[in-house]
Amino acid sequence: MPKARKIDYIINLAGVIVLFFLLMFIFDTELLGRVRSYIQGIVIIAMISIVMVCSLNLITGFMGEFSLGHAGFMSIGAYSSAVVTMALENAGIILPDLLLFLIAIVIGGIITALMGVLVGIPALRLRGDYLAIVTIAFAEIIRVAFTNFQITGGGKTLSGIPKLSDYHYVYVITAISVCVMYMYVRSRFGRCVRAIREDYIAASASGINVTYYKVMTFTVSAFFAGVSGAMYAHYITSLIPTKFSFNYSAEFLTMVILGGTGSLTGSVVGAAVLSALPEALRSFQAYRMLIYSVVLVLVMIFKPSGLFGSYEFSLPGVLRTLTGRKKGGAKDE
Amino acid sequence: MSLLIQSIVNGLNQGAVYALVALGYTMVYGIIRMINFAHGDFIMVGSYTLFYTVPLMVLAGMPAWMAVILAIIVCIGVGIAVEQIAYKPVRGAGSMTALITALAMSLLLENLALVLFGANPKSVPAIFNLPMIEFLGAKIQSKYLITLAIGVIMMLALQVFIKKTRIGKAMRAVPQDKQAATLSGIKVDRIITLTFAIGSGLAGVAALMYCSTYPRATTEMGTMLGLKAFIAAVLGGIGIIPGAMIGGLIVGLLEIFIKVYIAPGWYEAITYMILIVVLLVKPTGLLGKNIGEKV
Repeated sequence: MPKARKIDYIINLAGVIVLFFLLMFIFDTELLGRVRSYIQGIVIIAMISIVMVCSLNLITGFMGEFSLGHAGFMSIGAYSSAVVTMALENAGIILPDLLLFLIAIVIGGIITALMGVLVGIPALRLRGDYLAIVTIAFAEIIRVAFTNFQITGGGKTLSGIPKLSDYHYVYVITAISVCVMYMYVRSRFGRCVRAIREDYIAASASGINVTYYKVMTFTVSAFFAGVSGAMYAHYITSLIPTKFSFNYSAEFLTMVILGGTGSLTGSVVGAAVLSALPEALRSFQAYRMLIYSVVLVLVMIFKPSGLFGSYEFSLPGVLRTLTGRKKGGAKDE
Repeated sequence: MSLLIQSIVNGLNQGAVYALVALGYTMVYGIIRMINFAHGDFIMVGSYTLFYTVPLMVLAGMPAWMAVILAIIVCIGVGIAVEQIAYKPVRGAGSMTALITALAMSLLLENLALVLFGANPKSVPAIFNLPMIEFLGAKIQSKYLITLAIGVIMMLALQVFIKKTRIGKAMRAVPQDKQAATLSGIKVDRIITLTFAIGSGLAGVAALMYCSTYPRATTEMGTMLGLKAFIAAVLGGIGIIPGAMIGGLIVGLLEIFIKVYIAPGWYEAITYMILIVVLLVKPTGLLGKNIGEKV
């Protein structure tokens, strides 16, 4: 590993840790006074959305395909992890919160990833419009299944899920998830996936196993959607299948597109801003989706690649620019 | 026996509504190869129009179903507006952009309706006041037969229009080769707008049929109706007009039969399973021909 890259990793890690202490400084001191838990809630929801939106961007941005049923994957992660942690609690097994939270995350992620493989293998034989429709169909089937299964509440609200999603844990999981997804996109796998996006026939002709990489990406994306769902379930503590409807998927897609397809930075910013904004402006709530859709149409007409396009923020790059030792530029792609 | 007949009639009624919606999808997809996600929401627009115009018609002493004319006009207006404002600018930008735009327009219409009409469902007044028919011991609503008849008539009229008239010929020429069509004097933009107008007009009729069975207008009624109609269109072979009709009837019948005889809670899931199976086994649909892909 070149020395420069090692330094970059250290700078990035330092940036993540600084942000963590900043959050701790804001939330664990009396700085915010009475609105502390309210603001903390917004930040947690924003971080959950970040994981979700980044995972969707793997499919939409980097693979160039559509998943309009991503909320379905999120619901699998949410329900499977909730069922497991509730069963553990009911069985009288007392585990420390952190361990239980990690179990929930891992269970949610893995079960959703398995589902991602099951859905991906048949669905990814299709492309474009048809794939989009099939992902909606799968999400609806998942929703109907959760409405009918007794173990998931049988159409009623599943409540009494332990509240484990503390912001420390959620922050760490979010940071790790985004980091892993970024590394995935920049890896050999990610390059193959982007080659498929640009021209799948050319990619296939150069020896890339198109189906394998597509299913792989779909599975990775489903895994993180499941992680996000698990965190969501253990923050909200009650789940209802109708929450994970087509409109919920469309909301995440809006965040991906506004942030920029093909930019994880865009996804992070898009998710953070769009999930925090309606909380910040309560009176704006009724017009939220209306404004989103208008903005979406305008973005499609004037800048189809989204606000960030394929730009990625890089802390070392910015530092280099600031200290006047810029080489190559901050653009990663 | 009477349950069976009743289920068949209910299924055909449901199917005819799906078929009318599917005709709209198929028209638009057949000409510009784009899934118009907002099509289901045109029906929502039509239903709200009916909610306001049916009482007016009754007040004016005219039959209630005449309100459909206004619904068709409003739907055509909305359809053309959507096409001109949102779809036309992104037409050359690829299928992904088109799909997102269509999705955004669907969200836009739904949320606009939510702001304008509120979240409470509106109950549309009765449109047809017709007697029940007794047939082999089964009570059949005669309005269901009207729905079916209108569906078949619309399908036939559309088929004749596409196959026999000059404009229909132009419509078939556009998807084959846009540039050649332009060279032979076809105004492509105008044809596409006309296609949207016809598709949205059909949505107006579909709104009447839907509201005569389920007299409720809600803002999100279009999403699921549109999705099921899309399934019908794919099942029959998207872009093929008789296919939409057949697909619609099959989906409608299956849905009612599963609801009545097999598993009431699961009927939606089974409809979606059908879509997935059809797309995987024969993506061109029942009536479609396989066309190889050019590199």
